[in-house]
Amino acid sequence: MSHDDVLNPKHMPHDPEKATLEGKNKFVGFWMFLGGETVLFASLFGTYLALSGSTSGDNTPENLFGLELVFIMTMLLLTSSLTSVYAMYHMKNHNFKKMQLWLGVTVLLGLGFLGCEIYEFYHYIHEYGFTFRSSAFGSGFYTLVGFHGGHVLFGLFWITSLMIRNQKRGLNLYNAPKFYISSLYWHFIDVVWVFIFTVVYLLGKVG
Amino acid sequence: MSERTENVSRHKLNVRKDENKEEMVQQVITFALMILFTLIAFSMVILDISSYFIKPTLLLLAGVQVAFQLFYFMHMKNKGHFMPTIIMFGGMTIALATIITFTTIIWW
Repeated sequence: MSHDDVLNPKHMPHDPEKATLEGKNKFVGFWMFLGGETVLFASLFGTYLALSGSTSGDNTPENLFGLELVFIMTMLLLTSSLTSVYAMYHMKNHNFKKMQLWLGVTVLLGLGFLGCEIYEFYHYIHEYGFTFRSSAFGSGFYTLVGFHGGHVLFGLFWITSLMIRNQKRGLNLYNAPKFYISSLYWHFIDVVWVFIFTVVYLLGKVG
Repeated sequence: MSERTENVSRHKLNVRKDENKEEMVQQVITFALMILFTLIAFSMVILDISSYFIKPTLLLLAGVQVAFQLFYFMHMKNKGHFMPTIIMFGGMTIALATIITFTTIIWW
């Protein structure tokens, strides 16, 4: 049996993402990365929490944040998490076309989220003069929320390139782990956002 | 392949599809609960409920949502997730220590 036959079996196994040694390694390795990311984001959250009281002028969390936009962003990201679950459901049923379709929807929702975030930052900078350098609160805020936004951007590039690269190949045991860990990454982005909307926006409004 | 083994493998495929479907139902319920918790959290702040408990309640709602995301959406409740669970709980322990350190010792 050649290497190609191993990766393209007649009957796909139950968990195509963990059927090969490479897949298993990717799976554990990626979880290690996520454990590290948890600590990384914790240090950004810690910095933000410690500095969010050091404001300048009227630009306090209470005055700046508008919950309507944050609510829309939350719904977009939360729904995109569900659509990537749908994509992985179709992967497990070996339905490549439907998986691609739901990954596409996930990417669109992620783009919507990113658009809202860019609008939000633009609004703060031009309407309020609230920038990275205006106060320690500003630095903490843009570092934390911007770093999360950077993760969203990277996730979009990642999923889109996987979709394009594998479009003609179809699903096999070589690319199934790749699709699976990209969806784990996307869920992790949502995990971080849940804490951002709670700690930064909601608790910021409560004061 | 003989007809019998063909039938057996088809049967296995159907069982597998049913399992996947069952998990999908659980995930949709999880999603509905997450939306509900988000709505509760936002309305608590918008309606300006001033209570001593609002901050802990908001954090609790976030914690439950994250647990849903990890255990259901990221499959941590499934078999074969011993290592990921150890790694994530290890990461979360360090994360908590980091936040406590930053907010109580380094800057105040």
